[in-house]
Amino acid sequence: MEDLFIKCPKCGQVHDMEEYRNNLFVCSHCNSNNYISTSKRIELLVNPNSFVEINGELSFQDPIKFPGYEEKFYKFKNRTGQNEAIVTGFATIGDYDILLGILDAGFMMGSMGSIVGEKVTLLFEEALSRDLPVIMFSASGGARMQEGMFSLMQMAKTAAAVERYSKSNNVYISVLTNPTTGGVCASFAFLGDIILAEPQAVIGFAGARVIKQTIGEELPEGFQTSEYLLEHGLIDSIVERCDMKKTLIKLLKFHRRDDV
Amino acid sequence: MNSQDINIGVKQNVWEKIKEIRSEYRFKSMDIVAQIFDDFFELHGDRHSYDDKAIVGGIALLDDIPVTVISEYKGIGGDDSKIRQYGMPLPEGYRKALRQMKQADKFHRPIICFIDTPGAYPGVSAEAHGQAEAIARNLYEMAALQVPVISIVVSEGGSGGALALGVANRVFMLEKATYSVVSPEGCASILWKTSKKANLASEYLRLTSNDLFRFKIIDKIISEDCQFTDICRNLKKALKDELINLMRLDGNQLKNDRYDKFRYIGPPHIIFNK
Repeated sequence: MEDLFIKCPKCGQVHDMEEYRNNLFVCSHCNSNNYISTSKRIELLVNPNSFVEINGELSFQDPIKFPGYEEKFYKFKNRTGQNEAIVTGFATIGDYDILLGILDAGFMMGSMGSIVGEKVTLLFEEALSRDLPVIMFSASGGARMQEGMFSLMQMAKTAAAVERYSKSNNVYISVLTNPTTGGVCASFAFLGDIILAEPQAVIGFAGARVIKQTIGEELPEGFQTSEYLLEHGLIDSIVERCDMKKTLIKLLKFHRRDDV
Repeated sequence: MNSQDINIGVKQNVWEKIKEIRSEYRFKSMDIVAQIFDDFFELHGDRHSYDDKAIVGGIALLDDIPVTVISEYKGIGGDDSKIRQYGMPLPEGYRKALRQMKQADKFHRPIICFIDTPGAYPGVSAEAHGQAEAIARNLYEMAALQVPVISIVVSEGGSGGALALGVANRVFMLEKATYSVVSPEGCASILWKTSKKANLASEYLRLTSNDLFRFKIIDKIISEDCQFTDICRNLKKALKDELINLMRLDGNQLKNDRYDKFRYIGPPHIIFNK
């Protein structure tokens, strides 16, 4: 049975589910842009029925036979109905055809293992060959521990794919959502030509707890939020969820290629 | 079976190995640099605002070949190690490394990187100065280099902070070195809410030189079953041999070679073999 009410994970305010959904899963009390499923994200962004998934069949790899990994993976697969933490495909936003990737924090914390890395790489390779812009929505706890060094290598693999793609004169817009951390943050997510973030997203490399232990002090107010990053010159702009689609269309229009 | 596959006679417990390479008595990256290269001239700073001492970079001669050498350096202990953040680089350090790598590219000079770090420094100003961006940028720019790049993991290869110097045409590891996506302590905390089970996590993570060579993530293991000077001599020979091979390729070929090395890392299933 569907919940009639939902509590904001950020401020604790209780909302009527219908109202919360109409507000695009944004808390009307604290404006936290909360978790939104991949299918909902796609629905909000792309022209109706324009999303064509690619490489959706790629699923479970267990390269270092990490104990408990397979069981955990299939639990998330069954829960979300997705084959992995990222969904990639062709889409049209406004007048513009693009390649779109969406990481889902609800699938093993959006962690990047071999398949997520492979799908990101294939997305950029496809965009290069089709001469199309890329939009990537990131949400991740970082590299997927259970695949060991194979996960770490995906950082290099995806960054190299972005580098190769950069020769194409097409724009890569990276949108950081809550949370974007660790190995995803330190690879393709921070290599966008333009980097946008949703308000109040947690964005950073090291975990707050580790940093606090290291420095032995309290962390600054708002540390590792979108607003903190904006103030420190690290991202281009913060965009509210309700403005995201029209902002992306505007940016795609600036970058449209009349030679194509 | 590959003849390079090291069969370590005594089955060494992974956790014991980790404690040994983290020990203050373990040799450091610059100890090796001093043995292998001549005329090392250190170049400081990110040319912007700071000189991060966790990264030591400069130009040197490998016999008669000028090379750029970049090391993560833990220091000699005490205050020296403290000012180097115990080998944990800041964004300024990664940007210093990048500056020198791009300069090497300009002068068609090979690049040799020595990796030895618990990880990138986890601090407030490190985050505020863009630690994630600095690492990402290094991965991207290293992929673009048109010179031979060889990286060697000396002791600890701590995750993204290590990989930021590790996008190379060839990656070597000293036999006792480890290279991991997460520290065993970090892994244990996440899995079992206690870092005390780090020794178990270290077995699960498959982070030894032997593991990574078998997985084809690294290209060569340098034996440590000998004196330090012999380790260095063997490493020098391996570097020289590999460099001579790589220097036969032109800029584009080197770039593609490096792309392919990381492109096709993965389990030997069909979807990864194009």
